[in-house]
Amino acid sequence: MIGDGIASANQRTHRFVEERTPVGFFTDPTLCIGCKACEVACKEWNGLPEDGFVFSGTSYDNTGALGASTWRHVLFLEQDQSRGPQLAGPMSGGEGEDPFRWIFLSDVCKHCEHAGCLEACPTGAIVRTEVGSVLVQDDVCNGCGYCVVSCPFGVVDRRPQPLPGAGGAFKCTFCYDRQASGLPPACAKVCPTESIQFGPLDEITARAARRVEDVRALGYADASLYDARGTSVGATRAVFLVLGSPEAYGLPADPVVPTVYLRDAWTSSLLTSLVALAGVIAAFALL
Amino acid sequence: MKPAGYYGLPVVKPPVWTWEIPVYFFVGGLAGMAEAIALAAFSTGAELELVRKAAWVAAAGAGVSPILLVMDLGRPARFANMLRVFKWRSAMSVGAWTLAVFGACAVPAALLLQWGEGRALHAVAALLLFGAGVLGPLLATYTGVLLAATAIPVWSAHRTLLPIHFGAAALGSAAAVLELLGSRPPALSAVGIATAIVETMIGAALEIGRASVVDRPLRTGRSGNLMRAAAVLTGPLSLALRLVGARTGGGAAFLFGALLSRFAWIDAGRCSALDPEATFASQAPP
Repeated sequence: MIGDGIASANQRTHRFVEERTPVGFFTDPTLCIGCKACEVACKEWNGLPEDGFVFSGTSYDNTGALGASTWRHVLFLEQDQSRGPQLAGPMSGGEGEDPFRWIFLSDVCKHCEHAGCLEACPTGAIVRTEVGSVLVQDDVCNGCGYCVVSCPFGVVDRRPQPLPGAGGAFKCTFCYDRQASGLPPACAKVCPTESIQFGPLDEITARAARRVEDVRALGYADASLYDARGTSVGATRAVFLVLGSPEAYGLPADPVVPTVYLRDAWTSSLLTSLVALAGVIAAFALL
Repeated sequence: MKPAGYYGLPVVKPPVWTWEIPVYFFVGGLAGMAEAIALAAFSTGAELELVRKAAWVAAAGAGVSPILLVMDLGRPARFANMLRVFKWRSAMSVGAWTLAVFGACAVPAALLLQWGEGRALHAVAALLLFGAGVLGPLLATYTGVLLAATAIPVWSAHRTLLPIHFGAAALGSAAAVLELLGSRPPALSAVGIATAIVETMIGAALEIGRASVVDRPLRTGRSGNLMRAAAVLTGPLSLALRLVGARTGGGAAFLFGALLSRFAWIDAGRCSALDPEATFASQAPP
């Protein structure tokens, strides 16, 4: 199913918003060439400001992470030889250096089924759209910053001064504006290798599962699907194929939606309140 | 050693909150527990002077708290959006409403206790005092829930401890402020000693044993130093001063430590978020 050309859901117009069809992204690093067209298209379409030209000095990746002004982020991993085929030579040409496997993966907001940011948002600025994506309504957000610490993937962030829109929380919108007009998200539209695939969620998840099997059959025994299924996050609408451990990509192995901590914390809060009030009354009554 | 995760980069985002938030934790908690003291004093027939003083401390805290919170917002002009919806599952939403209702009770309660005359106004004052007095401890402890229900490893790991810790610090602070303002009933002294004991125990609990990956910022670096200093001030030092009869010194040490402690927890959260190993430990299969 890879390479559908103009028939691909990445290129076709659609009516997913009108029809309330849940949609998803499947991002496949085995097809990614690290061109960063998705990052650029996202910045261009969404008018995202630059967020610092920083030299990381540790890798080919100077973007570093998703953030308020980076909604697609291409990771550049150098994995060692033992992990499988597709090897690149030593970078300095030295004899003693180990060859390694290049992996590029375009990271994005996961659009969780149980989204920490959406649950935490006290203003109702963060909502679930008709297509199941998680959207920050910029005209409602007051910049409290609670979503920032509530995302288990470190996706959403508050945009600092003096950038345009500063003070508000920003993350991938799943190109809600484009989708509402029947267009595919900008990143999927430009991806030259269809490493990013967009479409109805059921099609996308089926396609992702098949691709993992195919890649395993090709000799990549460490290929797996990263979709948070079976965790407290429920499932993610952006799913990824990963080679090796998800941690190497900065993805938690078993993501936790922070609302699971509420029961213990509120129990403690209520009991503490009760004991404090009773204690103070007792102190005044007895002493 | 190869850095953890993706070139050792953080997995979750650190809090964007600045100094206003730890100061609010201190002021809001103090106000909430001061109202609990006012309610306890009022309902047990203590002298009206103390009830009024505690109610004024609570009202002042209820007035300062929203200012601190609005100052910290990325878009302060939209502060009213905090009360646009009510969400049980957002600790910040529950907290914003708690603070709003607390303030709406505590401020008129203080005014009526001071200047209200006649039986009708006294009844209204008692009712408002009851409302704010019951909400007060929640206002002082929900801030622990606020930190606990996040993806920050060191905060969520201490989800049961934080509300107790913040509640004890708030109650001790309220007693200390009233003592420093000249009210010295034995009940306040007992509250001061009890909270210093609880804080000593919490400080010891955080020190005992080997620090887990997640607990590192509680023991090391700037946040670790702040945490220890705060623990000594609110715990053993204030307890010792109180036991030798130095109520003023004990109260002042407790107040300073309680303020420092809130800064230490925010700072520890920042360090924790930046440490990918802590995040992987906190979000891994059991």
